[in-house]
Amino acid sequence: MGSATDGSTPWFHVDRTGRTLRLTAGGSWTVYQAAVVDNALRRIDTNTIAVAEIDASGIEILDTAGAWLLLRTRQQLNDAGLRIARFEFPQGYSPLMGVIESEKLICPADVRTRESFADVLERLGRGAHDVLIQGTGILGYVGRITIEWLKTLYAPQRHFRFTATVHQIEEVGLNALPIVGLLMFLVGIVLAYQGADQLSRFGLDIFTVNALGIGVLRELGVLITAIIIAGRSGSAFTAQIGTMKVNEEIDAMQTMGLNVDDVLILPRVTGLVIALPILTFYADIMALIGGAMMCYFQLGITAPAFVRQLHEAVNINTFLVGMIKAPVFAYVIGMVGCYEGLNVERNAASVGKLTTRSVVESVFLVIVLDAGFSIMFSVLGI
Amino acid sequence: MAAADPIISIKGLVTRLGNRLIHDRVDLDVRRGEVIAIVGGSGSGKSVLLRSIVGLMRPAGGTVEVFGEDVLNLEPGALRGIQKRWGVLFQEGALFSSQTVAENVQVPLREYTKAPQALMNEITAVKLAMVGLGEDAARKYPSELSGGMKKRASLARALVLDPEIVFLDEPTAGLDPIAANAFDELIRNLQQSLGLTVFMVTHDLDTLRSIADRVAVLVNKKLKVGTIAEVMRDQDPWIQDYFSGPRGRAALGS
Repeated sequence: MGSATDGSTPWFHVDRTGRTLRLTAGGSWTVYQAAVVDNALRRIDTNTIAVAEIDASGIEILDTAGAWLLLRTRQQLNDAGLRIARFEFPQGYSPLMGVIESEKLICPADVRTRESFADVLERLGRGAHDVLIQGTGILGYVGRITIEWLKTLYAPQRHFRFTATVHQIEEVGLNALPIVGLLMFLVGIVLAYQGADQLSRFGLDIFTVNALGIGVLRELGVLITAIIIAGRSGSAFTAQIGTMKVNEEIDAMQTMGLNVDDVLILPRVTGLVIALPILTFYADIMALIGGAMMCYFQLGITAPAFVRQLHEAVNINTFLVGMIKAPVFAYVIGMVGCYEGLNVERNAASVGKLTTRSVVESVFLVIVLDAGFSIMFSVLGI
Repeated sequence: MAAADPIISIKGLVTRLGNRLIHDRVDLDVRRGEVIAIVGGSGSGKSVLLRSIVGLMRPAGGTVEVFGEDVLNLEPGALRGIQKRWGVLFQEGALFSSQTVAENVQVPLREYTKAPQALMNEITAVKLAMVGLGEDAARKYPSELSGGMKKRASLARALVLDPEIVFLDEPTAGLDPIAANAFDELIRNLQQSLGLTVFMVTHDLDTLRSIADRVAVLVNKKLKVGTIAEVMRDQDPWIQDYFSGPRGRAALGS
């Protein structure tokens, strides 16, 4: 068989004499050129014809696709009621023709399907059903982890993985210090600048410090840090656990009697719950430092003046209102990250898809909870 | 027999992984139309050899010629012209997991030909039938297939453009003996009817006996090539262990 790359263009002639149709073919009948003759072959007019002769002996190169076209055409003429008197093909291709002939092919593999309205309804129904299943899945998962956590409290020596937890604190907390510090420093600068810009129109420059202090300590410190950590660690949890699932490492753990919740999930969630409040405290400070610098350069508020004003503007409650949210956010981010990791399926697209989903869900829940806290505090008058 | 130009010609191949030397100036000529099996211990570099030929790894030295072209020094566009003339079957099948079997098989058709969809569907059905998969398999996703079916589907995809060479990486790994035997026969039939050259990396002694024309053994970073009988006469301890150990004697009946 020669190279199936280029070659002369395939052609065929149809001669009609009396009630006989003679099809002569030549050129290269290969997969690369098949499109040239495909359509015309399907449309051969068999009106008033009773006998067909196919002479393909002039074909220069034949491959599977070409052989298929010849056999299909023969079948097509046969189905139209013609008697096939002659079927010749070039020498040397008998094995190939034999192989294809022996496969009784009637229905080709149809690839595209179109969606009907019923399909749309089915998808909607399936989607709703999936949401319900997902909801019960999450509930079950949260319950299971809570039970594991309680067991750890009662019998720490059996369940608590100290090294793993400390490792997670390092990974999630310590290693995040540079990025959180830098970003919060910049947030502080931006906040102070915006505040100063507005308040200086009314001659209320000094209250920039109030706005900064309250904004950072109550809301932005914890919220932005949580979002950064959701993107950084939430996705990491999902990707790590998801890849372990694909590699069957989770299965291996279970068969060895290791409790996956104890070994993988609790250290991550616990580590995050311990690390995020500390990170938040640090983030608050960095934001205030950034704000203070901006206040100095923009408004000329010196450091002692800044500190004095801050002292009057905020009290311990302002700080605590922010801090109380941190462990809650940490819990949500950790749980969602690990949950989606366990949901990963054994294919390439799944890890990426679920990592994205876990970050989106964490950020969504964090912001919703933040709003909830705000409402609660305003009702309580704190 | 007058030696026609070899279809694959490797001279002085040197490959490294990190600091480790894998192949130490290896030579190999693969003749057109033959079935050559590459065997060797785990980690001896069989898959590295295959990957170096098809361009997935760049060797540290030596030349690789396929169809008479120096594949290590081609212009970017020229490699495509060669890639459509070979097909590769990866060890785990390497089917695209987000597409059905039929869509997988059609990927090379879409890439290299202008065939209309109806004709592509027909060619896909022909190729799937040739590898022993029915129409119901065509609509399935790779995650729904058994190991044997995945290999067959990958083989159909590797063969869809009627390539001149097909590279097989451990084709019978993970298959039960019946499926492995059926696969061997399938390769033999296709090789004869399509005139393929088959370059096969394998551990499987039964495959060697049933379809290999020549064997190339990777031992001590070098290659020893010959028919099974010739290679078995070599006194190297690994070769003796491999071919004349209990499994070797059972498979090759010596």
